Amino acid sequence: MLKIENLHATVADKPILKGLSLAINAGEIHAIMGPNGAGKSTLSYVLGGRPGYEVTEGSVMFAPNVIPGESRGSDGALELGPDFRRGTGTTETLDLLALDPHERAAAGLFLGFQYPVEIPGVSNVQFLRESLNAQRKARGQEPLSGGDFLKLAREKAGLLKLDMDMLKRPVNVGFSGGEKKRNEMVQMGILDPKLAILDETDSGLDIDALRVVGDGINTIMRRPDKAVLLITHYQRLLDYVQPDFVHVLAAGRIVKSGGPELALELEREGYAEIAA
Amino acid sequence: MTATTHPSRRDEAWRYSDIDAVTAAWPLPAPESIVVPAGGEFRRAIVQDAGAIHQIEMSIGKGATAALHILNIGGAYGRIELAVTLHEGADFTLGAVQIGGGDQNLEIVTTVTHAEPGAKSRQIVRSVLGGTATGTYLGKVAVARDAQQTDSEQDVKAMLLGRSATANAKPELEIFADDVKCAHGCAIGELDAMSLYYLQSRGLPPAEAKKILLQAFVAGVFDGAEDEARLQALALAKLGELV
Repeated sequence: MLKIENLHATVADKPILKGLSLAINAGEIHAIMGPNGAGKSTLSYVLGGRPGYEVTEGSVMFAPNVIPGESRGSDGALELGPDFRRGTGTTETLDLLALDPHERAAAGLFLGFQYPVEIPGVSNVQFLRESLNAQRKARGQEPLSGGDFLKLAREKAGLLKLDMDMLKRPVNVGFSGGEKKRNEMVQMGILDPKLAILDETDSGLDIDALRVVGDGINTIMRRPDKAVLLITHYQRLLDYVQPDFVHVLAAGRIVKSGGPELALELEREGYAEIAA
Repeated sequence: MTATTHPSRRDEAWRYSDIDAVTAAWPLPAPESIVVPAGGEFRRAIVQDAGAIHQIEMSIGKGATAALHILNIGGAYGRIELAVTLHEGADFTLGAVQIGGGDQNLEIVTTVTHAEPGAKSRQIVRSVLGGTATGTYLGKVAVARDAQQTDSEQDVKAMLLGRSATANAKPELEIFADDVKCAHGCAIGELDAMSLYYLQSRGLPPAEAKKILLQAFVAGVFDGAEDEARLQALALAKLGELV
């Protein structure tokens, strides 16, 4: 699904990522934990293509349809329209860093924001329908009609036990911290990505909201053809979403990887012990 | 408006105008006169899409209500000039959007006079400017000596799509009464980079993302307007040309 090799990145000429490597297969949930300033958010923004985050070395390859051990059905080939700017890469793999943010989204990447942006005057429904149809267009699919979109939105909101009224309101305007994160989950449900990178999705959440977000991730993304990269400070989200792999990010590199037990160890010992 | 010689840049109300275009159009025909009788109700939508100078003198009678909605988008030089006089307890609303690209020069110039007590005026003006376009709002609110309990507001914002576009905004108050509420706010900015990125991260190409943000910027100005749907559609089409 995603292969990051020796990634170096700078923000305002300051090196933040210093040789990060990570491979994520379809069907896996990975958690990256690490102290403040380790480069966690930078990693998510670099993968999401945010302007100002400059890659100076390394590569990120994205193969949204490749499923290890899968011989039936999909041959792993990219499902993208003829107009999609593929650049270098193969029939299965895209050079993620060569794509613009909207192209990454159309290829199947979703970035959950730590601080979802408020956009007054634009309703969630309009924004999501236009986003989804832009993605469909890039994939060479027909646009969804207003009626079909509402049906899909209602289904996903129901799945996440969310109020449809939220979708009619302006994007994130006047939402509490918890509502913003729930809204990110609804967006993820509707856009139905192959790979979700969720940056501190658990920050600012109370226990109930944490459960909703955890359920959202499990319901939408825990599937053999999808993968998740969770970026988090704390172990508590991992009580709701069981990761297959846990990595410790410190000073711009992965310094330790392990199974779910590593998160508990971190919680107990602190980052200083583990990263040393 | 009654000057016999054409104006120059030294005239405050024509300072940012395309003087060549003004000179060519001079002498202007007499301003259109609108009289809203006492207790009356008036609504009008004006679309300036041909590059004209449009002058209106409006008198709003005692207790009457008037709403003007303006979309100023067309021609090399388009100017809409309003002189509005409010009588006792009258209510005036202006909702104006001007959208310019290329080297367009668009202007909205208003003088709203609260001549008598208890009148209310609200002006919302939004300008979106790309290319080397210039958009100007000159808005004067004059409150006469005995026009107590005047309630007036000017809400003026401009969005620049590039470093070469120009916005001029001059809300102005001239108050001779002492028991009045007059608010004015004015801001000139550019599209928020983080909002743009957020929209693109959901799959919207840059031009679509910009268009949505601009649509949001002008949203609400035409609420309740005569011909609201048409104004919204024309504004959206023009925004689509700019991004």
